[in-house]
Amino acid sequence: MDYRFESPASVREQLREVNYLADEGIAGVVYLADRLAKPVLVEGPAGTGKTQLAKSVAEILGARLIRLQCYEGLDESKALYEWNYKKQLLRIQADRNLAQGETTWNDIETDIFSDEFLLTRPLLEAIRAEEPVVLLIDEVDRVEIETEALLLEVLSDYQVSIPELGTLAATQIPLVFLTSNNTRELSEALKRRCLFLHIDYPDLEREKEIVLAKVPDITENLADQVARIVRSIRQLELKKAPSVSETLDWARTLVLLGIDSVTEKEATETINILLKYQTDIAKAVKELTDDKDGGRRSLGKVAP
Amino acid sequence: MSDVAVSATSGRPMLELLEGFIRELREAGLPVSLTENLDAMEAVKHIPLEDRAAFKYALGATLVKNDAHWRAFETVFEVYFSLRGSQYRLRPDKEEGPEGEARPAEMAGAGQLAGAGGEALSPEELAEMLYQALLHGDDALVRALARQAVTRYAGMEPGRPVGGTYYLYRTLRNLDLDNMLERLMEQTRRDAPQPLTALEERLERDELEARIDLLKKEVEAEIRRRLVADRGVEAMAKTLRKPLPEDVDFMHASREEMANLRKAIYPLTRKLAARLARKRKHGRRGPLDFRDTMRHSLSYGGVPAEPKFKYPRPAKPEIFVIADISGSVAAFARFTLQLVYAISNQFSKVRAFVFIDGIDEVTRFFEGTDDIGEAVHRVNTEADVVWVDGHSDYGHAFEVFWNRWGREIGPKTTVMILGDARNNYHASQAWVIKEMRKKARHVYWLNPEPRAYWNTGDSIVGEYGIHTDGTFECRNLRQLERFVENLA
Repeated sequence: MDYRFESPASVREQLREVNYLADEGIAGVVYLADRLAKPVLVEGPAGTGKTQLAKSVAEILGARLIRLQCYEGLDESKALYEWNYKKQLLRIQADRNLAQGETTWNDIETDIFSDEFLLTRPLLEAIRAEEPVVLLIDEVDRVEIETEALLLEVLSDYQVSIPELGTLAATQIPLVFLTSNNTRELSEALKRRCLFLHIDYPDLEREKEIVLAKVPDITENLADQVARIVRSIRQLELKKAPSVSETLDWARTLVLLGIDSVTEKEATETINILLKYQTDIAKAVKELTDDKDGGRRSLGKVAP
Repeated sequence: MSDVAVSATSGRPMLELLEGFIRELREAGLPVSLTENLDAMEAVKHIPLEDRAAFKYALGATLVKNDAHWRAFETVFEVYFSLRGSQYRLRPDKEEGPEGEARPAEMAGAGQLAGAGGEALSPEELAEMLYQALLHGDDALVRALARQAVTRYAGMEPGRPVGGTYYLYRTLRNLDLDNMLERLMEQTRRDAPQPLTALEERLERDELEARIDLLKKEVEAEIRRRLVADRGVEAMAKTLRKPLPEDVDFMHASREEMANLRKAIYPLTRKLAARLARKRKHGRRGPLDFRDTMRHSLSYGGVPAEPKFKYPRPAKPEIFVIADISGSVAAFARFTLQLVYAISNQFSKVRAFVFIDGIDEVTRFFEGTDDIGEAVHRVNTEADVVWVDGHSDYGHAFEVFWNRWGREIGPKTTVMILGDARNNYHASQAWVIKEMRKKARHVYWLNPEPRAYWNTGDSIVGEYGIHTDGTFECRNLRQLERFVENLA
């Protein structure tokens, strides 16, 4: 069997080339997903690069990215396959018009439940593709627990059973990424089939690197400051801590405004890009500006 | 770090190590299934064993499927696959093992400490070097000094049955890190070309605190390594076992566990809200809708072939939370109030009352604020809950409650009473609960004490309990979650 990756280190290297800065955990799990032919369940706060990971892996492999966006009410006909019944009807009618009475029901039946009338949906598409494929099942925690079961056959055996056609096995094993914001507990069955990866906010060094890589024309000094301020803000008890994508937005804004060193004034004026709730903004502004020695102590350790 | 224990123990010993490792994970409460076990065995075959980080993440990805369990996993991992070698023995042996001379690489990096051991450092020199290392963020030197500090201050003796926290405390106390931080800040201020602004000050302090955190972690790791070397893996794993966040006891949580609990409660509320909303939507079928059934029967020629049902109106209960916030149970009340408020859109009305020996309504603190932590803080500081001496008096509190708010309890109201019912031998006034139950939909009592302690000493939970629809032991997030889920 051919493996796609040499080692965890090479995964990291390749991801870096497409500007995705993975830490050891991320690289290790992607590498294992390939080796063990198992899907990866990626969890973590919003905006830390879960979806981007799948995209970047697709990019370095030169694979097609097939994306299934999950939502409440997603069903078989949207996720797996559907019969193109309009076309089937046309076919039956055409038959009737062409040769009246000469085709039997059996002929028609074998005919209309064939590939030609099958509409493939993302999951089926992914396993039937001839070329390498990365399958992204986004926000899997949005579907109902019953619907989750639809995924199980694909995820464990890379096959889809269609009653009229039998079982369609994969022509190649796709790399599968499932993302989840953890709004509900996923089923044990699903978790068992997956490798688990939690992507958290990056540490200072990595975040700085990400900013440097993704924001053109930013100075080393500004990137450093941005990362430090974001780290500081994340330590506050907020409704919604700034995500990496928000860090990037903020850094871009600062560059656009021609700021090369953030002072309190600039920080408080642009902080609404980083934080999305008024209460959070008020809290952060207060903490960042008016704390002298004493006030700082209470930080992150709000009195019970 | 490349000198990993596993490199010396490839093959069968490796398998045994893994087995013990997985057994310990299960003992610690992590649900590791057989498939996951097999996956882990398979995964390590593909990982270069000398790559410790990759090894760790391979085991993590296959064995841990819940982020809240990661810390427990990490602890067990550190114990089972800690760096080992004779340099961690408490009393160096004469015969050095093969890895004996392999001093950790960073020792060499810290040039000033060249020469194994560096035993000659005096306490002053050690403190001074540490100060310099922290000031300049020299991580390698910090690591090496952490090791030195443990040697000098922890006073570890072989076989002595003390927990690692004892040694940790001794070491850190001697290093006097709080003062160190202040000294470092002073220096930073002095070094700055102009006075630091509040923002700069804060960022500098964050940075220094991060470095000190690193130091603490290194000290902890060093102590753990030495204990493992002394006592063996199994014994160490057992002493380090800690409950998972959802199992941490509210009443006895350490400060660190409290912080983790606070972090755990937010995702929990989101999860609960999502689940409760879903439950409502998929609600059970109601009784037969006769009219609708007859109307539909027309399409079947008057045969009621397809029975139609009335969908029950989602009953949105009103919640009255009455919480004891005296010292012993305050933490518990805090979590419950937070949880109930976070999912309050599932209830038509939530009102909160807190008491010690006096009682006060605190609903107003929660209205119009997004910040539950802040609201709870105001409850603790502003609510008027002390009547005489600030010792719990359930009887008096209930009586006042009944007189002031009792008539507002109606058939839609669910009353939740939170407390340990330790009444300091005051009169119980249990009749209030009895009256409440007559008017309310349900009355529940949540008690954060273990069931075994109920009705011992001044606890009279039984006296109240017979008038409620149920008394529940509620000592951790898991139990609390289960209760709230059944409530809606």
